[in-house]
Amino acid sequence: MMRFLLRLPIRWLLSILTIFGLALSATASPSQAAPSSAGSPITVGFSVSLTGDFSGDGKAVLQGYKLWASHINSHGGLMGRKVKLIWYDDASSETQVATNYTKLMTSDKVDLAFGPFSSLLTIPAGRVAQRWGYAFLGPAGGGPSVFQQGFKNYFFVQPAPVKDNLLSFVHWVTNLPKSKRPTSAAYLTVDDPFATPEVQTAEAALHKAGVKTAYSVVIPAEATDFQSEALKAVHSRAQIVVIGSPGANLSIALIHTFIQQHYNPRAIVATSGPDQGKQFSDAIKLANTEGIMVPEGWWYGAHTYQNKTFVREYLKAYHGKVADISQDTPEAYSVGQVVQQAVAKTHSLSNATLIKTLHSGKFNTVQGPMRWNSIGEPQGQMFLVQWLHGKPLPVYPGKFAVARAEYPKPNWH
Amino acid sequence: MDLIFGAIVTGILAGGVYALMASGLTLVFGVMDIINIAQGALVILGAYLSFSLAGRLHIDPLFTLILTIPLMFVLGVIVEIAVIRRIRRDRTMFSILVTFAVALIIEGALTRIYGADLVQINAPYVDASFKVGSVYVTYIYLIGFILSAVLLLALYAFLYRTKFGQGIRATVQNRTAAELIGIDVARVETVTFGIGVSLAAAGGMVYGAVNPFNPVSGYDLISRLLAIIILGGMGSLTGALAAALLMLVIENVTSIYAPVWASTVFYVVLAVVLLVRPQGIFGSLSARRQ
Repeated sequence: MMRFLLRLPIRWLLSILTIFGLALSATASPSQAAPSSAGSPITVGFSVSLTGDFSGDGKAVLQGYKLWASHINSHGGLMGRKVKLIWYDDASSETQVATNYTKLMTSDKVDLAFGPFSSLLTIPAGRVAQRWGYAFLGPAGGGPSVFQQGFKNYFFVQPAPVKDNLLSFVHWVTNLPKSKRPTSAAYLTVDDPFATPEVQTAEAALHKAGVKTAYSVVIPAEATDFQSEALKAVHSRAQIVVIGSPGANLSIALIHTFIQQHYNPRAIVATSGPDQGKQFSDAIKLANTEGIMVPEGWWYGAHTYQNKTFVREYLKAYHGKVADISQDTPEAYSVGQVVQQAVAKTHSLSNATLIKTLHSGKFNTVQGPMRWNSIGEPQGQMFLVQWLHGKPLPVYPGKFAVARAEYPKPNWH
Repeated sequence: MDLIFGAIVTGILAGGVYALMASGLTLVFGVMDIINIAQGALVILGAYLSFSLAGRLHIDPLFTLILTIPLMFVLGVIVEIAVIRRIRRDRTMFSILVTFAVALIIEGALTRIYGADLVQINAPYVDASFKVGSVYVTYIYLIGFILSAVLLLALYAFLYRTKFGQGIRATVQNRTAAELIGIDVARVETVTFGIGVSLAAAGGMVYGAVNPFNPVSGYDLISRLLAIIILGGMGSLTGALAAALLMLVIENVTSIYAPVWASTVFYVVLAVVLLVRPQGIFGSLSARRQ
C-alpha cells in the first residue's frame, strides 16, 4: 500500500489527501455534544482566572458559580439531576481561555457552558462557544468589543452593557442643583475593553452637559506605575475624577496618590475597585472610602429574586461581612439562575433551544430581572453606589436608592 | 514646571527603591553568572512577609525587616544549595529555567496562602507627605530611598571592607583564580545568593507599601528589574542604581507629555545605550575592575 502511494504522481497524492481531509473535517463539523444521559450529573463547564491579572475577580466568579451549584443541588438539582462543575484556570490568558473551552466542549463534552471573567477573555471564549453551538452566558464580558463580535449565542448577565455603566453617575451629576454642579472633570482609564468605553461614554456625556474636561488620559495596559498620570490629575484641579479601572489596582493606586497629594475632588467614581469590598477598604483604609462611588448592578440589601438566600448562603460558605462581597460573585451566581430558569422553561438541555428561549424571555436574578437583544446586550440599567460610613449603599437613581448621596465627598483622613 | 519637578523628584525616590530590588539581581549575576528570574517573585514574597508580620504582630512594617531580611537570607541559601548549585553546565541559560520554576512555586504558594486579592502594606507614613516647593513628597518614597541608600552602602562596605567581600569580588573577577588561591567559591556563591534574596525582602517591604500587590505582581517587576540591570551593566551595583534612577525619571517625565510612550522611551534609551556600549552604562568589565 505504502509503495503504491509513493508511486502515485504528487498531484494525485495531494488530491487524495485533500479528499481524505475534507471527509475527516466533515465528520468533525461543529455540533454540540449530545446531552448527558438521565441520572448522571449535568456538567457545567467554565474557564476561570485563578492566576494572572484577573485572579482576584476570577476567584470571586468561582465563588458565585460554586454557590449557585451548591444551592441548586440542595434544592433538587436541574431537571432532577445534580449539577457538577468542571473548570480550568486560564491564567488570565486569551490563548489559554480558548484552549480551556475547546477542551470543555470537545473533550469533556459538558452539557452547559458559563463564561469567564472580563471582556478580554470572553471574546476568544465566545468564539469557541459559537463554533460548538453552546448557549454562552457571561458574568463579566460586557464591553462593546464583545457585542461587536455579533455572537448570537452570547448573553451578558449584568443589568446593562458595560459602556453605559457610568451613565447613572452622569445622570446624578447633571441632576445636581446648578450651583453645586461640578464644572471640571479628570478622566483616567487603563486601555481596556471593559474600562475605556465606560469612561469615554461618561466623558462625552458630561462634556455635552457642560462639564469641562480638565485632564483625560488612556494609560497603556502594561503600565504598572501611575504616579505621573495621578500627578497630572492633581495639577488639573478637576472637581470630579472618573477612574476606568478593570480591577482594583488602578483605583487603589490613584487614590493613594490623591491622598498623598492632599487632593480632594468633590466626587470620585471608579468603574471597578470600590466594588471589591474588603479588598478595597483594606487597601486605602476604611475611613478613606467615604464618598467614593462605583456603578453596580447588585447590592446586598436589594429586594431582588433570591437575593436574601444568596447573601445568607454566601456568608455561610465564605464568612466575612455583607459589604465584603465582591460584585463578581452575584454576577456569576446570576448566570446560574438564568440557566436554571431557561432549563426549567424548556425542560431541555439542548443548547439550541436554550439560546432561542434566552432571546425571547425575561429572567430573574439577584441583580434584578434581565432580558437581552439579538447580540446578547442586556436591556436594563445600573445604579450608583457610594461608600457611606463604611458600607457601599445605592444612592441613585431614586428607585434603587436607600441613602442620600454625600456631596461633596469629605476630605481624606 | 511643577509637574516636571514633581516627576523628577518622584522618579529619583522611586528609582532608589527599584535599585534596591535590582541590586540583588545584579550582584547574583556578577558573582554567579546566573539570571535570577525569581527576583520579582522574591520581592513579592518579601512584601507578603512584611504585610503578615506587620498585621499579626502589630509592628511597624519597617521593623519587620529585622525578621524578614534574615529569613529571606536563609531561604536564598536553601534555594542555592537545593537548586542553583546543581546546575552544572550552561549556567546562565539553565538558571533562567530553574529560577522561573522557583518563581512559579513561590507564586503558587502565595496564592494558596493569601489568595489572589490585592493587598497593600499600611502604615501612618504610607499616605503622609510633606511639601517641597509646590510638590508633595511622600514619606514612604523618602523612607524607601533612605533605606535603599543605607542597604546599598552597607553592601558596598561588606564587599570592600570585609575579607568575605574580598572573596566575593575575587570570584567576580576570576572564578578559577579565586579557587586556586583558596577561596571557597561554593560558599561565596551560597552567601551571595542569600544576600541577593535578602535584599528582595527590603525592596519588597517598600514596594508593598507603595503599590497594591498580589502573588502575580512579581512578573510585572522582573521585566523592569532585568531592563535596569542590563542598562546599568550586568553585575554592576553602581550601574543598577544609575539605571534605576534613569528609568524612573525618564518614565515619569515622559508620562507627563505622552503616557503611551513612557515605557517605550525608556526602551529606546536602552537600545541606544546598548548600541554604543553593549556592556551597559557601567558594564560588567568596569564592575569587575571595581
